[in-house]
Amino acid sequence: MSSIWIIVAFILGFLIVFQIAKASEYVAILHGEEKTRRDSNRVNGFMLLIFLVAGLFGVWYCNHALKDRILGEAASNHGEKVDTMLYITLAITAVVFVITQIALFWFAYKYQEKEGRKAFYYPHNNKLELIWTVIPAITLTVLIGFGLYYWYAITGEAPKNAQVVEVTGSQFKWEFRYPGADGQLGKKYYREISANNPLGQIWTDPANHDDVVGSQEMHLVVNKPVKLIIGSKDVIHDVGLVHFRMKMDAVPGQPTTMWFTPKFTTREMKQKYGDDFEYEISCDQMCGRGHFSMRGTVVVESQAEFNIWLKKQKSQYATVMEAEKGAPASPAKPAADSTKNKTTALNAVPVKSIQ
Amino acid sequence: MNNDQTIHVHQGAEGTHEVLGNGHGNGHDHHHKQSFITKYVFSQDHKVIGKQFLITGIIWAIIGALFSVLFRLQLGFPDESFPILETVFGKWAKGGHIEPEFYYALITMHGTILIFFVLTAGLSGTFANILIPLQVGARDMASPLMNMMSYWFFFLASVVMITSLFISTGPASGGWTMYPPLSALGQANIGSKLGTDLWLVSMALFVVQGLLGNLNYITTILNMRTKGMSMTRMPLTIWSLFFTAILGVLSFPVLLSGFILLLFDRNLGTSFYLSDIYVAGQALPNEGGSPILYQHLFWFLGHPEVYIVILPAMGIVSEVMSVNSRKPIFGYMAMVGSLFAICILALLVWAHHMFVSGMNPFLGSVFVLLTLLIAIPSAIKVFNWLTTIWRGNIRFTPAMLFCLGFVSVFISGGLTGIWMGNSTIDIHIHDTYFIIAHFHLVMGVAAFFGMFAGVYHWFPKMFGRYLNNTLGYIHFWVSMVGAYLIFWPMHYMGLAGVPRRYLDFTLWKSFNQFADLNKMISVVTIIVFAVNLMFVFNFFYSIFKGRKVRTLNPWGATTLEWTTPINPGHGNWVGEIPEVHRWPYDYAKDGRDFIPQTEPLNPNESKH
Repeated sequence: MSSIWIIVAFILGFLIVFQIAKASEYVAILHGEEKTRRDSNRVNGFMLLIFLVAGLFGVWYCNHALKDRILGEAASNHGEKVDTMLYITLAITAVVFVITQIALFWFAYKYQEKEGRKAFYYPHNNKLELIWTVIPAITLTVLIGFGLYYWYAITGEAPKNAQVVEVTGSQFKWEFRYPGADGQLGKKYYREISANNPLGQIWTDPANHDDVVGSQEMHLVVNKPVKLIIGSKDVIHDVGLVHFRMKMDAVPGQPTTMWFTPKFTTREMKQKYGDDFEYEISCDQMCGRGHFSMRGTVVVESQAEFNIWLKKQKSQYATVMEAEKGAPASPAKPAADSTKNKTTALNAVPVKSIQ
Repeated sequence: MNNDQTIHVHQGAEGTHEVLGNGHGNGHDHHHKQSFITKYVFSQDHKVIGKQFLITGIIWAIIGALFSVLFRLQLGFPDESFPILETVFGKWAKGGHIEPEFYYALITMHGTILIFFVLTAGLSGTFANILIPLQVGARDMASPLMNMMSYWFFFLASVVMITSLFISTGPASGGWTMYPPLSALGQANIGSKLGTDLWLVSMALFVVQGLLGNLNYITTILNMRTKGMSMTRMPLTIWSLFFTAILGVLSFPVLLSGFILLLFDRNLGTSFYLSDIYVAGQALPNEGGSPILYQHLFWFLGHPEVYIVILPAMGIVSEVMSVNSRKPIFGYMAMVGSLFAICILALLVWAHHMFVSGMNPFLGSVFVLLTLLIAIPSAIKVFNWLTTIWRGNIRFTPAMLFCLGFVSVFISGGLTGIWMGNSTIDIHIHDTYFIIAHFHLVMGVAAFFGMFAGVYHWFPKMFGRYLNNTLGYIHFWVSMVGAYLIFWPMHYMGLAGVPRRYLDFTLWKSFNQFADLNKMISVVTIIVFAVNLMFVFNFFYSIFKGRKVRTLNPWGATTLEWTTPINPGHGNWVGEIPEVHRWPYDYAKDGRDFIPQTEPLNPNESKH
C-alpha cells in the first residue's frame, strides 16, 4: 500500500513541478527573456559555488563517517604493500582532485556572464600544454614504478618453505586440500569426481593417499608463507581474501596460484576486533544464483595448533577405503564413477604439486 | 515490409540521390512526395535516423534505469517485502522479495542495456547521425541506405533483447560481460539457457548495426566535407565521433568473433572456452578450452567500448563548453591529439580487466604501464577544459551545466582509474564496489551528462523548439547531487572489499556494516530516476509544445548546423552548401562575440 502512496506522491510532485516550470516560461516572456536569462545565470553560478563548498564538505564528512568501517590493518605481508600503494596513490590523486574541482567550480562562478565582460581570446599556449603533459607523465611514472615494484613482490615465486593448500571453488562452496605427511598433493582429474571423491583425486597416485580434504574452512599457519593453488570445478569463481588484501580467480581447467604470509592468528584478530571476527573468503567473480552466499572462512593458527588439527583429519583416501570396505570394487577404481567415461590416469591433466 | 512500402523506400532513396546529386542550385526542401512511412519510419534522412536512435535510446534508458531501481530496492531494503513486485513479476519476486536469479538478470540487463543500447547506440548513434552531415556540410551521410539499415538492425537487436526479457527461463543473467563457463552452461545458471542465446543473437545484430553506422560516419567525415572544411577546421564533436567510429570498426568484430565461439560452445558442442568441468553432478566431455580466451576477446572490445561511450561525450562537451563560454576551446590541436592518443591506447589496455585472472604477472605489468599512460591525454583534456572556461563569459544554459558536471564527474571517476589501473591496488579492489563507483562516474554518469548536454544544446536544431529551462535546471542539479551521493560512498564500500553482484550481505561479517548507507543510496537512486523521467517528459512534451525557436542561431554558435533553416528538410541547406573559411572556434576574437565558420577571413584579422 505504501508503495502506491509513494508513487502517487511522485506523480503529484511531478505535476506541481511541471506547472511551475511551465509558468516560469510564461513569466520569462513577460519579464523579458534576456533579463530572465541573466537572473537564472546568476542563480546557477551561485549554486555552482555552493555545490563546490558543500561538495568538499561532503567529501570530508563521508570520510569522517565511513573511515572506521572500512577494513583495519592488513593481515598479510602483501596486504601491507597493497595498503602502502593505496595511500601513495590516494595522496597524489587527492591533491589533483581538490585542485581541479576547485578550479572548475571557481572559474565557472567567477567568469559567469556579466554585463560588459569580454571573454578572453585564448586559443592555445604551447608552454602550458607542455607543462600539463609532462607533469602528469612524471607523476604517473612514479606511480607505475611503485606499483610494479610491489606487483612483482606480490606475484613473484612463493618461498620454498611455503605451506601449500589447494582451493577449489564450485557452485557455491569452497573445498580445500592439504598435502599429508609427504608434503605432496596427488594428481587429480575432473572425470574422477564422485560423491566420495569431491575433487577427483586419482587413487592410483600414492601421493593422494595422505591428502586431507575439507570444505568451507581453510586452516593456515601464522607467519608462515602459504601458497594457494586455486582451481574450479564448474564456472569461474574468485578467492577473495579481504583481510589479507588478496584475490585470485578460480578458473576451470587452468589452475592459478597466489601466496602471502598471514600476520595475525584468528584469535589475535578476535581480540582486536571483537569475538565476532572471522577471516572470510568471498567469491568475487559472478558465479550464478548463489554467488552472494559463497562464503568460506580462514582459521589462522600457530604451527602447533595446525599440526594438531591436521592430525585429527582423516585423509580422503582413508574415508573412501572405509566406505568401500567389503565392496568388491578395487579402491583404485572409484566404483561410484561407473557412469562416467573410463579414462586412465595417463590422460589425466595433473595439477602440479609443490614446485 | 510489404512490396508497396519497398517501392516507397526505393523512391525515397532516389529522391535522396537527386538531392545529393544537385549539390548546388535549386531549392532542396524536398520536392518528392513522402508518405508517413518513408518520412518517419524507413527514413533515409540522417536527422530522422538520429532522432530514431535517440528516442529508442531513451526508451532503453528508462528500462535500464528502472532495472537499477528494482535491484536497489533489494540492496537498500533487503528485509522488506514489496507485494507490488510479485504482482508484476510473479515467480521472479515471490512474496515481494527479489529472487537471486531475478536479481542477476536485472544487473546483467542493466549493464547490457545502458552500455550498449543507450550509451553506444543512443549516444553516438544519435549525435553522429545528427551532427556529422550538419557540421561538416553534407546533405546526408555517404550512404543513407546503409544508415537507415544501421538503425533497423539496432531496432531488430532491441526486439530480440526485449523478447529475451519475457521468456520463461528469463533473460541472460551471467553479468554483462557474459563470462563462460557460466554463460555457456544452462545447467549452471538458469539465465544461461535460451536467454543467453537471445542475448548473443541480439548483440550480433547490434554489432552489425555498429559496423554499418561507423563505416558510414568515417566515410562521410573523410569524403563529404564541404568546400573549405579541412580536417583541422572540423568541430571537436566531429573529431570525437570520427575516432569513436574507428574504434568501433576495429574492435566490435573481435567481440562478434568471441560471441560466435560462445554460441558454438553452447549449441554445437565445441570446447573453445570449456575445459575440465563438473557441473550439476556430471562431468562434461569438453577439454582443452580456455575461459580466459573469451575474456581477451571480450575485453578487446570491452575496453575500447568505454571510450566509444565517452569520446562522443567529450566532443559534445568541448563544443558546448566553448559556445557557452563565448571563448575558443583551449588547445584545439592538443584536444585532437589527445583524442587520437586515447583512441590508440584504448586498443592496448584491455587486459587490465584481467589482473587477477591468473594472467602472467609480466603481461599484467605491461598493461599497467599502458593503462596509466591513458591518464596523460585525459589530464590534458581536463586542463584544457578548465582553461576554456577560465576568463570566459559563461552562460549557464542547462547544456553548459551538464558540461561542467561532466568535467567534475570525469575528474572524480578518472582519478580512481589511476587506482584501478595499478595492478597492485587492483588486487584488493577488483570486482568490489570501488569499480562500480569508478566506472559509473567516469563513463556512466559522465557519458550521460555529455548526452544530456548534447540533447539540450541541439534540441532546437532537432525539433525547432526549446526544452523547458526550469525543468532542465532541476534535472541537472538533482542528477549532479544524486550522482555524487550515490557513487561517492561506494568507494568506501569498495575499500572495505564489499564484492559487487551480491544481493544480500546478512551472511557476511566483513561486509554487513553498510546497511544504512545502502538505504540512503537506494532512496537517492529513486529520486534521480524520477527526475530523469521528468526529463523524458520534458523531451516529448517539448517536441510538440515547447517554446518555438525563432532565430537561426539561438546560441550564437559558429558551426555550420546553425546556418540551416530552423527546420531543415532532407538535404539540410536550401541552395548551395555554405563554404567554410575558418576553424569553428572564433569566439571573442578581435572584440567580436563570434565569427561564423562561413565568414571569409578579413585581411586585418589577428592570427591565432
